Amino acid sequence: MDIVINISSGLCLFVGSFLCLSGGVGMLRFPDFYTRMHAAGVTDTLGSAMILIGLMIISTGFLVFIKLVMILLLGMLIGPTTSHVLAKAALHNGLEPQLGHEDADNKETTSSNP
Amino acid sequence: MINIVILTLLVVIAIAIIRMKDLFAVVMLLGIYGLLSASFFVAMDAVDVAFTEAAVGAGISTLLMLVVISMTGRREITTRHKPFSALFVVAITGFLLIYGTLDMPYFGSADAPIHGHVAPRYINDSMQEIGIPNIVTSVLASYRAFDTFGEVVVIFTAGIGVLALLSVVRRPEDPEQIAVINDSMHERHLVIRIIAKILIPFILLFALYVQFHGDFGPGGGFQAGVIFAAAIILYTMLFGLSTARRVINQSLIRLVAATGVLLYGSVGLATLLSGGNFFDYNVLANDPIAGQHLGIALIELGVGCTVAVVIIIIFFNFAARREMQLNNKKQHQDKKNKESSSC
Repeated sequence: MDIVINISSGLCLFVGSFLCLSGGVGMLRFPDFYTRMHAAGVTDTLGSAMILIGLMIISTGFLVFIKLVMILLLGMLIGPTTSHVLAKAALHNGLEPQLGHEDADNKETTSSNP
Repeated sequence: MINIVILTLLVVIAIAIIRMKDLFAVVMLLGIYGLLSASFFVAMDAVDVAFTEAAVGAGISTLLMLVVISMTGRREITTRHKPFSALFVVAITGFLLIYGTLDMPYFGSADAPIHGHVAPRYINDSMQEIGIPNIVTSVLASYRAFDTFGEVVVIFTAGIGVLALLSVVRRPEDPEQIAVINDSMHERHLVIRIIAKILIPFILLFALYVQFHGDFGPGGGFQAGVIFAAAIILYTMLFGLSTARRVINQSLIRLVAATGVLLYGSVGLATLLSGGNFFDYNVLANDPIAGQHLGIALIELGVGCTVAVVIIIIFFNFAARREMQLNNKKQHQDKKNKESSSC
């Protein structure tokens, strides 16, 4: 039983950290604002969720477990909402997504992502 | 190790803030700076300070600065002159300050004056004298209650200052017009409005938890007030200033701000009248410990009320100024359009 808990928790933590890391790489490497935002969204929704689930599996005591569940619920609510608001604000202010054409200059995308 | 990493990041962000011209990015960096200092405080085991820094430095002050930027524009005006004399003065002052620190005891050394004066008494006797687990709260609210009183008065004064400088006389508004604006906003911000409606009750509940759990864990009146105000500001941003004004009565909350300070001061006066020193809560009840608990709960409540309301007042007045500015601009433009069409 112990080994199952440890392995499953370790697996969740590993997947979570991998997603966070790949999100960070994506932030730096993706071409325009929207794809970068997608990378950030993956980090704070799925990445943190996997890490929290991994911690829940090995948590000792009911109170810790409940607190982690609350953080998870909060993250699930807030993460996608902020991504949505960010994308909407960018679209509203006339930032066009880069679709296929490579020759478009990257000036706007870099300045809008401090 | 983690201290070094965080301090390096802080220095990098500070340099970036100085070099940048885009004020919006600067405000965002200031928020990150606040959050990083909060994590630095956590690494130093100062959870209460970290909590305050995260709530005020990363949260509320960023928000207030964003409101200001929306009025002033987001570009910094480039200066042509090079202020070498100012740089000279700053360099000399900095050098003198660094020279002064050489005489100070090393960081964390046991024989530093700060560790030998009153700190041992606070750490050793707090549990018997005050009877609450969180020493920070017992120092803040009981041993150093007079200092905290000063802080609350400072915050209250800031609120009064903002009111005196920025408050605008508002024309009575047409409820129908508000409803129209509300409907158009409802369509545009549907998702975030629904999420905020789910979240706001929990934020308010969390603020109350922080307020009344301050004796046992990190928290207290200051943090609770800021979180409470943040929930109300979120509501104001999503549902419009005029709606929020109808929900939150302006003259009433001004009264609440004054009541918070008054409550704090009255606790001090009550201890004086019961025969103790100013803010000596032992005399408030038959049992000294019970008296301490009562006194701390009351003054934390006063702090919470004042902080929350002052931040709400500051935000409302900033936002009202902004609204007025926008309205004036719109009227100006309308007039111009009319003139050009008549020509």
